[in-house]
Amino acid sequence: MKVFALLATLATGIVLLYGTRDFAPWGDPNSPANSHLSRVYIERAVEETHVPNLVTAILGDYRGYDTMFETVVIYCAGLAVVSVLRRSRS
Amino acid sequence: MKQLQEQVGRNPEGDNLIIRTSVRLLVPFIQLYGLYVIVHGHYSPGGGFQGGVVLGASFILLALAYDLKTSLRFMSERVNNLLGNLGVLIFVGIALLCALLGGLFLDYAALERLIPLGAEEWHSLGIFLVELGVGLAVMSIMASLFWDLASGGDMEEGL
Repeated sequence: MKVFALLATLATGIVLLYGTRDFAPWGDPNSPANSHLSRVYIERAVEETHVPNLVTAILGDYRGYDTMFETVVIYCAGLAVVSVLRRSRS
Repeated sequence: MKQLQEQVGRNPEGDNLIIRTSVRLLVPFIQLYGLYVIVHGHYSPGGGFQGGVVLGASFILLALAYDLKTSLRFMSERVNNLLGNLGVLIFVGIALLCALLGGLFLDYAALERLIPLGAEEWHSLGIFLVELGVGLAVMSIMASLFWDLASGGDMEEGL
């Protein structure tokens, strides 16, 4: 069973590593993400949201779903710890 | 090592006057800094997650330097749980309010119909309110994680 788990892990790892070969080079200005999306954020974020900090504007507005579910994940983690560990004195 | 343990056993309070005094002096400033990081996220690095962690760390510091009961006196468990739930509710509530007012989910410009300030200003204000909710939730969960893990869940005695 352990051998099978090891083989499955290795196979998944090799597939994931193979997938990274198709990534754009890090910081490549001509990659799709940098040539389309980033430019729109940089050009429009301040006038659309009136927030000088670009990171906050993207995190709180354009990527609102991401931040919301990040908060929900942290909340669920806290909820799980409290519901497992907390016990009253009685 | 054994001698040291016996010493600590005899004097559970420990000779930590310096630590206690400095923590007592530092905690208000740490909390003020946490609030600053949350509300100043628009202009400098920071935001709800970072500020919330700093606020939560101030209660953990109190619990480490004094004891669990002292930190529970500054922030009771009931209030802490309330704030944590409130934080997540602020975030989801604002998002839902946007949808109910006719915009998209999380589209802060829809709040314009409630109080007309201009769509851009509402984007800015919406981000601020949401970050506030994140800060409250993260603070409460940091503190309650420490309390529960350190005391084993009975909130009697911590580390």
